[in-house]
Amino acid sequence: MVAEIFVLAEHRQGIIRDITYEMLTKARETAQKRNIMVVSVLLGNDVDKGAEILSEYVEKVLVIEDPRLENFNSDVYQRFLTALINKYKPWLIMMGHTSYGIELAPRLAASLNIPLATDCIDFFLEGEEFFVVRQMYNGKVNARLRMRRAETYMVTVRPATFAAAKPQTQIKSMIIKEKVAVEDDLKVGKRFIGYACPPPSAVDITTAEKIVSIGRGIKDASNIPMVEELAKVLGASLACSRPIVDKGWMPSDRQVGNSGKIVKPKLYMALGISGAFQHVMGLKNSELIIAINKDPNAPIFNFSDYAVVDDLFKVVPALKNKILEAVSQSRGV
Amino acid sequence: MDIVVCVKQVPETAEAEIKIAPDSKTIETAGLVYDINEWDVYALEEAVRIKEKFGGHVTVVTIGSEDVDSILRKCLARGADRAVRVAYPNVSRLDPFLTAKILHAAIKEMHYDIILTGVQAGDDCYAVTGPIIAEMLGIPHATMVKKIELESGVARVVRELEGGWEEILEVKLPALFTVQTGINEPRYISIMGIRRAMQKEITVKNLAEIGLSSADINEDNGWLYMDKLFIPPVERKVEFLRGSPDEVAAKLVAILRSRRII
Repeated sequence: MVAEIFVLAEHRQGIIRDITYEMLTKARETAQKRNIMVVSVLLGNDVDKGAEILSEYVEKVLVIEDPRLENFNSDVYQRFLTALINKYKPWLIMMGHTSYGIELAPRLAASLNIPLATDCIDFFLEGEEFFVVRQMYNGKVNARLRMRRAETYMVTVRPATFAAAKPQTQIKSMIIKEKVAVEDDLKVGKRFIGYACPPPSAVDITTAEKIVSIGRGIKDASNIPMVEELAKVLGASLACSRPIVDKGWMPSDRQVGNSGKIVKPKLYMALGISGAFQHVMGLKNSELIIAINKDPNAPIFNFSDYAVVDDLFKVVPALKNKILEAVSQSRGV
Repeated sequence: MDIVVCVKQVPETAEAEIKIAPDSKTIETAGLVYDINEWDVYALEEAVRIKEKFGGHVTVVTIGSEDVDSILRKCLARGADRAVRVAYPNVSRLDPFLTAKILHAAIKEMHYDIILTGVQAGDDCYAVTGPIIAEMLGIPHATMVKKIELESGVARVVRELEGGWEEILEVKLPALFTVQTGINEPRYISIMGIRRAMQKEITVKNLAEIGLSSADINEDNGWLYMDKLFIPPVERKVEFLRGSPDEVAAKLVAILRSRRII
């Protein structure tokens, strides 16, 4: 049997998450080159709908259903996946570099002695060597790494890296319900208790047309009013990156990024934000991105339309004044 | 409650200029400032808070040469009781699997109820060391933890998911948790803390003393080998606006007007 690519479908309460489709795009491209098959592996309970949807993207959907797989618990998943991997010996196992993959992949890889590379933005074969590309040092450097040669490789893929596209030609797909041998009295060290969804926000930055956003470069909470004034003259909502919420300077409903909100305004102005990918993911589809940062190598500039390398404490007041001037002129005052 | 915290020394890169070294596998280290990995600071603070509430000891563990003793001193000043360094000359050559293997060997002989690590290290961002250590020790784990509540023999933890969602897990102790930033507000180092830290000893162990041979930590036993570093390509065509703050502000206003944003 030719070794396949396993793409672990990620879902929350039966709803397939975007990372799954993104991984399938990359998996199909890789499989085509090697002339092998992509298999989407779906673990859950009562997940027929998800399997149907996945079958539009991939030739084979392998479904394992069990009441114990109802909610994600990496301990339980690890047992089922171990049985599955030992049976099929896939060439490559892909998971999202998400709260799901981060919990599951390292332990699964270590227990099965499969080399793992996490948070990959690309991977490819050169001859018989498997290479991955991932970021280091706050996204300022990309690293190309070679994996130890193995029969099976495992990668976790950075979200929002590949397009979540359907295959161009309709594919004939099969859904296979797989039974794997996992003991009935599974002893696991952790138990899923429940989800907590975010409380409704007073301000919904996801619908804002203009956003002024602050990061670490703001230095101190006492500097926030200066930015609030700029936001006010622009008619923009104020948002922030993670460190500002961690420090308790702004509430979590203002956080833009992977663990916060995904925004798509007409204007995103990033002030003192270096541009960690977890943050950039939340804003990169904004129409116009302007970044002000005193570090000329801030990764945020790679995602911006206009960049200002300067002290935000000088530029922000100047910008506020120029906007006020412009607005009052246009009103003919 | 005895708690072990794994810590790593990393360069501060958020606001530093990063240059790739001529070997194209490492970065230029001249001029970089080193400190405790940001996530580990939160993990250590959480450990110290648990100790203050329930009693016990906090032990910090790291790998490296004498260069990293300064962060261990900082950890002692922040409230750790003991510090252990596994002597290893070239930490930057360790991949995450070998790193976990060494930390596991160092921890396995210690007494612990809880092991804490940061979610990831700010330099290489693998986010794997903690769960691998848990696998090797055969204890449960949870990653991206932003709240820990202890009851008898179990921890109720809140994990951070995407989009503001969280999940609650109940985990049997002993267990390992990887701690997310923002879980607490790390304290400032006090003068008292610094004095106390100077009186404490850093225990240094070599690989043999934790039961490993150099063959165990052979590069061929790792998962990943550095091939080369390169500067990331740009995703958008960026235009840099130059001039005095007033000149830059005027240019920005012109852009905003042309796009009918103001």
